[in-house]
Amino acid sequence: MNKILFEKNQPGSNGFSLPPLDFPADALSSTIPAAFLRQAELDLPELSEVEVVRHFTALSHRAYGVDDGFYPLGSCTMKYNPKINEWAARLPGLAAIHPYQAQETVQGALEILYKADKAFSEIAGMDRFTLQPAAGAHGELTGVMIIKAYHRHHGDEQRTRMLVPDSAHGTNPATANMVGYEVVEIKSNDLGLVDLDDLRSKMNRETAGLMLTNPNTLGLFEQDIQAIAEIVHEQGGLLYYDGANLNAIAGVARPGDMGFDVVHFNLHKTFSTPHGGGGPGSGPVGVKEHLSAFLPAPLVECQDGRYWLDDDRPLSIGRVKEFYGNFSVIVKAYCYLLTLGAAGLRSASEHAVLNANYLRHHLASDYQIPFNRLCKHEFVATSQNQMEAAHISTLDIAKRLMDYGYHPPTVYFPLIVKEAMMIEPTETESRERLDEFIEALRSIAREARENPEMVKNAPHNTVIVRVDEVAAARHPLVKWEAEA
Amino acid sequence: MAYTPNSQRVAEEMLHSIGLESMDELFADIPREVKLDQLLNLAPGLGEIELRQYMQTLAGRNLNVDQYPCFLGAGAYDHFVPAVVDQILQRSEFYTSYTPYQPEISQGILQAIFEYQTLICQLTGMEVSNASMYDAGTALAEACLMACEASKRKQILVPETIHPEYQKIMDTYSISGKMNCQAVPGRNGVTDVEQILALIDKETAAVVLQTPNFFGNLEEIERIEQAIHQQKGLLIMVVDPISLGILKSPGEYRADIVVGEGQALGNGLNFGGPYLGFMASSKKYMRKLPGRIVGQTLDFKGRRAFVLTLQAREQHIRREQASSNICSNQALNALAASIYLSMVGAQGLRMIAERCHQLAVYASNEFAKIGLSLQYDQPFFKEFALKVKEPGRVNRLLLDNGIIGGYELEDALLLAFTEKRSRMEIDRLVALIGGVEHE
Repeated sequence: MNKILFEKNQPGSNGFSLPPLDFPADALSSTIPAAFLRQAELDLPELSEVEVVRHFTALSHRAYGVDDGFYPLGSCTMKYNPKINEWAARLPGLAAIHPYQAQETVQGALEILYKADKAFSEIAGMDRFTLQPAAGAHGELTGVMIIKAYHRHHGDEQRTRMLVPDSAHGTNPATANMVGYEVVEIKSNDLGLVDLDDLRSKMNRETAGLMLTNPNTLGLFEQDIQAIAEIVHEQGGLLYYDGANLNAIAGVARPGDMGFDVVHFNLHKTFSTPHGGGGPGSGPVGVKEHLSAFLPAPLVECQDGRYWLDDDRPLSIGRVKEFYGNFSVIVKAYCYLLTLGAAGLRSASEHAVLNANYLRHHLASDYQIPFNRLCKHEFVATSQNQMEAAHISTLDIAKRLMDYGYHPPTVYFPLIVKEAMMIEPTETESRERLDEFIEALRSIAREARENPEMVKNAPHNTVIVRVDEVAAARHPLVKWEAEA
Repeated sequence: MAYTPNSQRVAEEMLHSIGLESMDELFADIPREVKLDQLLNLAPGLGEIELRQYMQTLAGRNLNVDQYPCFLGAGAYDHFVPAVVDQILQRSEFYTSYTPYQPEISQGILQAIFEYQTLICQLTGMEVSNASMYDAGTALAEACLMACEASKRKQILVPETIHPEYQKIMDTYSISGKMNCQAVPGRNGVTDVEQILALIDKETAAVVLQTPNFFGNLEEIERIEQAIHQQKGLLIMVVDPISLGILKSPGEYRADIVVGEGQALGNGLNFGGPYLGFMASSKKYMRKLPGRIVGQTLDFKGRRAFVLTLQAREQHIRREQASSNICSNQALNALAASIYLSMVGAQGLRMIAERCHQLAVYASNEFAKIGLSLQYDQPFFKEFALKVKEPGRVNRLLLDNGIIGGYELEDALLLAFTEKRSRMEIDRLVALIGGVEHE
């Protein structure tokens, strides 16, 4: 059986040491009153160094990353993470610096923050960025707080509602609620786009704005974006751009030009920084000039070639994170931008969209694709055919894909499509890889017809099979306990 | 540089196979008015050779703590990180994977998080831990929101002895209207217990206590704990994980929610991030915790398996009813924390905590010998505020002599001592500061 860390406990095996103490030190009890000292046993496992290394190496064998293979997880942009960026972020001059060092001793770090802000502003068509937010959801939170602060500043306290399309990421409504807004859902029309009539009927002077992803979660560009912006702005609302899907349009079109007032980027998506098994990410937020006073403080400014932190921002919403954000993630994204340049960035978006349309086109014979027209960086297919023929669900297909060596697509999202499979190949996959993937999905479609049990019981080749999630939630066991 | 593997010829063949002629046609659905008609104003792309040179130049403009001994702390610490930690983190199965949504191919990540949760529980003496938050400051803000929801109250009492950046983050999060943070002035470098006791009432959702606090001093917890629990409010503690090698754990203090900055556990300084905020609570509040939680279960062949659980709390299920919008954790930083704790073990952590404290005590004694004193007469752990006339001037002199000095307070310098500091470095620090002060 696969042992967990605590089952490998070998008292006396840990070889950790410190340099010898070269001054006389008193017993703890003479410098810290007993009331402050730990009474309870500190119960951490003891392992030798080699066993620690083997333990975590063994765990890595039971994980799957982009370096292991194709990862078409929709809306997550699982592109290749260039190795040079990892190298750069580990340079001692960037990794071993303290956030409170005197500013003249961290000019290089401040320069990176300053230039990243400028580059992101150019890509977004915005005027200013904060790099503090630690993730996409954190960026949303920051952006919506800025919207709230802006309305307050203009005496618009009656704006208590936030509009969110029914196709939106779950973080959008959750964010709006977290900032204290009532969430009002906007319907999608038959084309999978924002229903303008529904938007018009719900946008009013009690509404703070609209949170929108473009292209949306169906991978479709909101072609009416100018009309949408006009409807929201006419009533004094602001338009928020969820940058989760920026990989479709970076270098091709800019949220700022579409009429968005606030955007967030996901550096761990569009800008190639690794996802780390769930983090760290980075979610910078950019705004147009009329909102820049509300950005979190501090911002990096530059004067006569000297970089400095400006904390004197009276209208700022305040701080959303310690220090200056996830700095080393920003370093990696900055390196990525430097290597791609303007032409490379555009080309990356083109290839991302080409790869998605290539998959969509060649999968349409075996899988239903509810909005089967030109898509951007991703599209949504369904298992409707397989469901009707043999009660094969999207989950079954996702699980079977693992047997073929793939990470499954995003499943059961967006919520407006039944049995959704959201497929995002990214630009870093070759045609051969895409063809293999198409062949795998076709093969699964065949199995669904000829040998449905094979699909329903999948996966077969993984270290475990499907798990009992209901039991896990009903009787939560969320830490290891020694057996009695 | 380009990371797109398909050549122009292949791309053209692909376009043709889907009935298109050019890349531009892929963007035919974007209205002309909002489409760029030229390239962005960014520098041309660099190759790896030029990029290396450029990044090395930028890195060279920063002084780093590998060259200069660092006595700066104030929430980010120059603790020792064993070589094993980064070696393991560089395994790309870990760092290039996503949130473990599919348990069958993510058991390694899920088990690592489960182990992390267990280690955090062992360290803090709490019953439940989540998979980690962005940092201590955001974890604290979310802990306060959680306390408000659990108690159906809004008032949070916050002594001014907690980290000023945490206070600012809490204030920012208060824009929601879901909580009111009331700052309570400290006294002699610690929480004014009498004042807090007088303020606790039936409206109080929680009291926040950080120990060691921002000034390095240890806070008295017991009386406040009794008072807040008597009023059915919550005790939220913020702790330094290294200190828990020797100091009483939040579990022993009967805290309800515990958060802290996990950077010290195997994560480098990185100019302030990424770090991780750990967050743990008693079982009673398990279903109110924000963030990811991994649980143990069985697969359908009866084997032990791990899976993201209690997801009914989360945004992708509950949307606007979710209490938090968080959907990531700091998984790789949490992994670093787990590797670190496995490498040092209980005895190692105790040794490290003791050494930090011994070095700080040694320094304070040496300062006393030359007539310099601490700002506050309180028990401290690894950090203290040293009274100096001009903190800025002292720091500049230290820097001129190859030392990264402390955090500048009004008339004092907040100095931190990790196990990486030596007697020799401290003797120099003391001599240099003594020199300025006695001018």
